[in-house]
Amino acid sequence: MSPQPNRRATGGLIDRSVSLNFSFDGKQYGGFAGDTLASALVANGVTLVGRSFKYHRPRGFLTAGSEEPNGLVELRTGARREPNTKATTVELYNGLAAMSQNRWPSLAFDIQSINNWFSPLLGAGFYYKTFMWPGFLWEKLYEPLIRRSAGLGRLSMESDPDSYEKVHAFCDVLVIGGGAAGLMAALAAGRSGARVILCDEDFRFGGRLLSERTEIDGTPCAEWAANVVAELDGLPNVTLLPSTTVFGVYDGGTYGAIEKVSDHLETPGPGQPRQRLWKIVAKRSVLAAGAIERPIVFGGNDTPGVMLASAVRTYVNRYAANPGKRAVVFTSSDDGWRTIADLAAAGIEIAAVVDPRLQVAPSLGDIAKRAHAPVFLGARLREANGGHALASLSIIGADNRERQVRADLLAVANGSNPNIGLTNHYGHRPVWNEEISAFVADVLLPGMSVAGAAAGRFALADILRTGADAGAKAAEDTGFSATMPPVPATTADPVSATPLWHVDKSRGKAFVDFQNDVTAKDVALAAQEGFRAIEHLKRYTTLGMATDQGKTSSVTGLAIMAELTGRSIPVTGVTIARPPHVPVAIGAFAGIHTGPHFKPTRLTSGHRWAEENGASFVEAGQWLRPQWFSRPGEMDWLETVNREVLAVRNGVGICDVSTLGKIDIQGPDAGILLDRVYINMFSTLAVGRARYGMMLREDGFAMDDGTTARFSETRYVMSTTTANAAKAMSHLEFARQVLWPELDVQTVSITEQWAQYAVAGPNARKLLQNLFGLAIDLSPEAFPYMGVAEFEFGGTTVRLFRLSFSGELAYEVAVPAHYGDALIRRLMAAGAEFGVTPYGTEALSVMRIEKGHVAGNELNGQTTAGDLGFGRMMSKKKDFIGRTLAARPGLVDPERPVFVGFKPVDPSRRLRAGAHFLGLGKAATTANDEGYMTSVAYSPNLGHWIGLGLIKHGPERLGERVRAYDPIRNGDVEVEICSPVFVDPEGARLQHV
Amino acid sequence: MRLPCPFCGSRDLSEFTYLGDATAARPDPDAPDAASAFFDYAYLRDNPAGPHREYWYHAQGCRSWLTVERNTRTHEILSASLASGNVQ
Repeated sequence: MSPQPNRRATGGLIDRSVSLNFSFDGKQYGGFAGDTLASALVANGVTLVGRSFKYHRPRGFLTAGSEEPNGLVELRTGARREPNTKATTVELYNGLAAMSQNRWPSLAFDIQSINNWFSPLLGAGFYYKTFMWPGFLWEKLYEPLIRRSAGLGRLSMESDPDSYEKVHAFCDVLVIGGGAAGLMAALAAGRSGARVILCDEDFRFGGRLLSERTEIDGTPCAEWAANVVAELDGLPNVTLLPSTTVFGVYDGGTYGAIEKVSDHLETPGPGQPRQRLWKIVAKRSVLAAGAIERPIVFGGNDTPGVMLASAVRTYVNRYAANPGKRAVVFTSSDDGWRTIADLAAAGIEIAAVVDPRLQVAPSLGDIAKRAHAPVFLGARLREANGGHALASLSIIGADNRERQVRADLLAVANGSNPNIGLTNHYGHRPVWNEEISAFVADVLLPGMSVAGAAAGRFALADILRTGADAGAKAAEDTGFSATMPPVPATTADPVSATPLWHVDKSRGKAFVDFQNDVTAKDVALAAQEGFRAIEHLKRYTTLGMATDQGKTSSVTGLAIMAELTGRSIPVTGVTIARPPHVPVAIGAFAGIHTGPHFKPTRLTSGHRWAEENGASFVEAGQWLRPQWFSRPGEMDWLETVNREVLAVRNGVGICDVSTLGKIDIQGPDAGILLDRVYINMFSTLAVGRARYGMMLREDGFAMDDGTTARFSETRYVMSTTTANAAKAMSHLEFARQVLWPELDVQTVSITEQWAQYAVAGPNARKLLQNLFGLAIDLSPEAFPYMGVAEFEFGGTTVRLFRLSFSGELAYEVAVPAHYGDALIRRLMAAGAEFGVTPYGTEALSVMRIEKGHVAGNELNGQTTAGDLGFGRMMSKKKDFIGRTLAARPGLVDPERPVFVGFKPVDPSRRLRAGAHFLGLGKAATTANDEGYMTSVAYSPNLGHWIGLGLIKHGPERLGERVRAYDPIRNGDVEVEICSPVFVDPEGARLQHV
Repeated sequence: MRLPCPFCGSRDLSEFTYLGDATAARPDPDAPDAASAFFDYAYLRDNPAGPHREYWYHAQGCRSWLTVERNTRTHEILSASLASGNVQ
């Protein structure tokens, strides 16, 4: 490992006993535990870390935190490669591999940096102006060109191999930010016994206290922070979440946070997620997210080596990494002067201190004096020179004389913007506070308070006090009695700032938004061209629209616009930050719900038996249902299905129908409730009998169908289609609870509690007799078609229904779900002598089409009971849901397509569902459309394809031929309109003896 | 968003399904103007900015239909009661 040339031998919050190796652009470097990727690069003397978005200018780190606009890298390799990762937030780990982005062929020599020379063509709005015409060039030239040059990092184009998880958490007080204010807030609330969650984006709590050399209560501030964290860690009611960024505030005190669980490892450990998405419900929250220092806009201010003063102190103090050897401090704030002492202590020579203010507090002058730093008051920087690394700066003094100063590091301080993005998340704009020259939160979100620098309090004593205050208040609001912890003693440093937004007469490109390459000139162009409203400025110049959401640029940009247009900053306006506050991986929002885990998979109790018997399964909503049971030697599914159909029609078959919705309805008014939800009568149904019913939506269209059985005077069991089981349940509940709460009736879904099998075919009765013996009399007289019974057998309750979807002599047998597996095995054994055949949903569907029974394809939300041939079933003796609107003229129009059957004139032709019907010889136009085919099947009983569909005046046109036109699959088949009942139209098979 | 279910307490939005306007009552089917009254009931909805009464179904909880008063501007929940009118 190479030595780290810019790392000091002592100091900092790094562990020199743990060396870490990493690579940047393929070159190997060394760092220490406690480093970020950025601090390790600084320690290694790497100043050039990226190329800018538009002009491909060389860039170095501007900051040391999550607001970083320049230091974006592609982190990791292969499928784990993550573009646009802020190197300043990446905790260093052994084996880390990062690549710079947006450059070709290399970072040091980037062809597209030629854009820098074409910059007059690439100013604000250049997309709108340059690529206007001719139009055909858009597709051929402009768009491919823009697409190639646009964007920053590259996606891996592979699936994300990592997993993510979601956590729900509840607390009394959520503290956002673990710096001085946040630690005091957590301490005040935590000591009261309130449930506290403390989040910080950093892997170490302390915020700015980790980067400063000031003292609190006589101990170095970083040590003080560690002591507080230790106390909090010992409180059972406090949860500490480091590496966790709160990115959004949602309704009802819900907060979104993203925890980096394994991002400090090369790959997550076994079973470990990469990141964890927290949904935190907090009664109160304290926003203590600190503040973000502002740059000053002057020529060449993006040269590598130009950094925010706070970032310089972070690298120097926290990481013992010197970002340069000879520094200039350019500050309009008192806070910036603190950098001087820190630089001097780190052995960095100070070439000049430049402050545009004519006067500063005497204590600041003393700092410079002690560091032997030449001071220029009333001065400013005109230009930074150097290309790949800062070499010199030109200072214009108060006397207007220009001097060149050699320096490889510039620390810029221009006051700070409170980090209040989260307070915007309900749509509130912040307001300008003239006293601190920054925006602060105006309308606070319910339950949220703001403390410390986020509240515009920049003196450490104020930060500590407002934090403690907010924590104690939040705990009290949630019913705990809190005592304010004593506010520790600190030195009183001056914190005044008079921001200098833009240096007039500066030379060269002066950047406002580093990530989107927006210069002061672009803002001026927007002003000149009339895009003066803040939202226009943003969109015209793309100011603040990069991945950093303008954290270091938005306020500066609007302040320059205010200057240019002679308006105040509050009049100029401010944009609203929206969630997420930091970019969050889509995978984190998906959590574990990917691939087969996207939704739950429901299995019937007969699933294992079906698997053992060669079933192929099909998804039916969340359920898996056997689609067919292939046998060896069968060439395709159609051969299998044909066999299953013929086996049922000629012998006996069994089908798992457990997935159909089942609703238990009990109470004296059960019949009345059913009368009101079904179009036909159920209160008159005899005990021990079942009836087919159809229900409508209130708008008059058909909603669902099924049979409902009556087991006693006060008890019915309803069946619904598989697809509408949940919908029908909620519909019944709505009718019972909302429409007619006076009815004495209760409903409960028993879909999952009962396993149910259809036993169908001429031998069905014999099979059941074999199984049940004397337990029940199955003779046609004792147990007729549509009869139902409940009896005890084998130690459990059995419900038997004589229903038929296939048109054969058929029963449905239901047992509690625990017995489902046993039942299917017993049924199969009982039917062995008749060659019983299990059949799946496909054979079920073929047989229902052969019988002309409607199903989901016909109950498609656009059909009425009348359309489907159930017009006469609609009772006129009672009201029911949908009755009034089903009588609307449009729903009883005789021109509506009606349900009939179709068969191909040439029996060898295949039919397709979805084909539209046209008169013979008629053109395929919407005006000639007469209806459409809803269901088709190959009928092995008839030896050709059959179809069901809706066509105008259908029942009056039996025997007529029409075109079934299906342009998508090149289908154009002549079909004959026929009865929808293709097999056994007299229904004799139902009564097989 | 969270809803205060009278049976289950404060619960996450994901447990509920939304139906809509709870101010419209199902018309009398025997009234002479039933056809137009039902048309209004089925199709015409006010979309007020501010407090609004809505039906929510606690599908993943107690299966109660709730009448929830919600401010459509702020998502503030002003009240929630059982739509049946029963008191828990």
